[in-house]
Amino acid sequence: MKAIVTVIGKDQVGIIAAVCTLLAEHSINILDITQTVLQENFTMVMLVDTSACSLPLGDIADLLDKAGQARGLSIRIQREDIFNAMHRI
Amino acid sequence: MLNQHEILQTIRMIDQQHLDVRTITMGISLLSCAHSEVKVACDNVYDKITRDAEKLVATGEAIEREFGIPIVNKRISVTPISLVAAASRTDNYAPFAQAMDRAAKTCGVNFIGGFSALVQKGMTEADRTLIHSIPEALSTTDIVCGSVNVGSTKAGIDMDAVALMGRTIKDLADRTADTRGFGCAKLVVFCNAVEDNPFMAGAFHGVGEGERVINVGVSGPGVVYHALQSVKGQPFDVVAETVKKTAFRITRMGQLVAQEASRRLGVPFGIVDLSLAPTPAVGDSVARILEEMGLETCGIHGTTAALALLNDAVKKGGVMASSHVGGLSGAFIPVSEDEGMIAAASSGVLTLDKLEAMTCVCSVGLDMIAVPGDTSAETISAIIADEAAIGMVNSKTTAVRIIPAPGCKVGDSVEFGGLLGSAPVMPVHPGSSTDFIARGGRIPAPMQSLKN
Repeated sequence: MKAIVTVIGKDQVGIIAAVCTLLAEHSINILDITQTVLQENFTMVMLVDTSACSLPLGDIADLLDKAGQARGLSIRIQREDIFNAMHRI
Repeated sequence: MLNQHEILQTIRMIDQQHLDVRTITMGISLLSCAHSEVKVACDNVYDKITRDAEKLVATGEAIEREFGIPIVNKRISVTPISLVAAASRTDNYAPFAQAMDRAAKTCGVNFIGGFSALVQKGMTEADRTLIHSIPEALSTTDIVCGSVNVGSTKAGIDMDAVALMGRTIKDLADRTADTRGFGCAKLVVFCNAVEDNPFMAGAFHGVGEGERVINVGVSGPGVVYHALQSVKGQPFDVVAETVKKTAFRITRMGQLVAQEASRRLGVPFGIVDLSLAPTPAVGDSVARILEEMGLETCGIHGTTAALALLNDAVKKGGVMASSHVGGLSGAFIPVSEDEGMIAAASSGVLTLDKLEAMTCVCSVGLDMIAVPGDTSAETISAIIADEAAIGMVNSKTTAVRIIPAPGCKVGDSVEFGGLLGSAPVMPVHPGSSTDFIARGGRIPAPMQSLKN
């Protein structure tokens, strides 16, 4: 199953490392990353594959949210379907 | 492949523009629960609801977390209780409401609807019993909602029922006087009620429906408002197109959630109701959308035209996005639940008369309106009759959810809290409609041709 990870917040050292480590710990494979920093505002969007992940997606969402809060970032993971539904016919 | 802009647009809609799925409502048929003994029938009702909707809340929450989209309410609608209770030997149906209340709380849902009767052409003994039981039923329960359909385009308006409902609303307000008549926020009087509406307080599971069904109500006034900010000053063609595109996206999201809920629960998917349902939160208001179109305040001249465009464009955008569209679908204009409406009504610009005109083109009717506590039952009946006439003649659903707030005068404000918000007490016309309501009988069904 594919999902989208988004990270939004103030740029700081180690954001990508932290998110990637957490995903790797749960066997979530990163398929694609785009990232921009505009006037210190950090935005990263990742396409990931969660088929090898043993935890339910909701639990991963909680872990990412917690990790984000610790750094003052908004980090979320959502099933890709929601974006496809809204932006593709 | 999705691009970053699209993904972030969705995130912004959820984070900043209050995009959400307003409700997943499971419809449950209670026809099999009928029994001559009230206690047995009520036990049947409790057992059936708790069995059928056992996983509703957990499933809704799981979908919410996986898709990252808020699902604000999980609700249950049931067969109109006047049909279920008709077999029982009793002159009080309040125990049925209490059984519904207990069952809904066990399931963990926000509201349960269906303490209802359909009396557009006449009342059975059971219908009368149900209506007489409403004040006790809704004042002794917390999350049970009731509705009564008093008219339809095909049947006309049952004026005996209209008269009865005026008295019922007054009685219910008095019994819940400690909360300024909050009980009345859980009661809707309909004309042309729909059988698959997932929104409260008017949801019930129609007799034409299957055993169980999943209906989903989407919302998003904030998203539409935000989209219109990007087309300031442009012609209405552009406004309509913008609303349609936005409604399409919102509804696609609702359709996805509805299908997912239906699959996980093993319950057939019914409809998506693509209504713009406001909340008291700033930035989630239908009134502010109308004002964004160029009106200084909601309620001034031009408001009805703006609402007509909005209501129609929402339907047009949503219809293609869902395999089955139903329910009420359009723009709601509840006064207490809409920050912009509250402001417009408090300032005296938005009046009951203008609201009535707006209900000719909105999706439902006079919704969540507080009037002075000394408003007579006949005046309330007359307001219901006016509103039902609009629905009957225009072949649309109209409704009245009115709160004659005990002890309150024009200028006061009634606090309901949560999504129900706060309602400024609005003035009603002082003249008497007593002789009009005392006539009773039926207003005949209207012509469906020679439409002028």
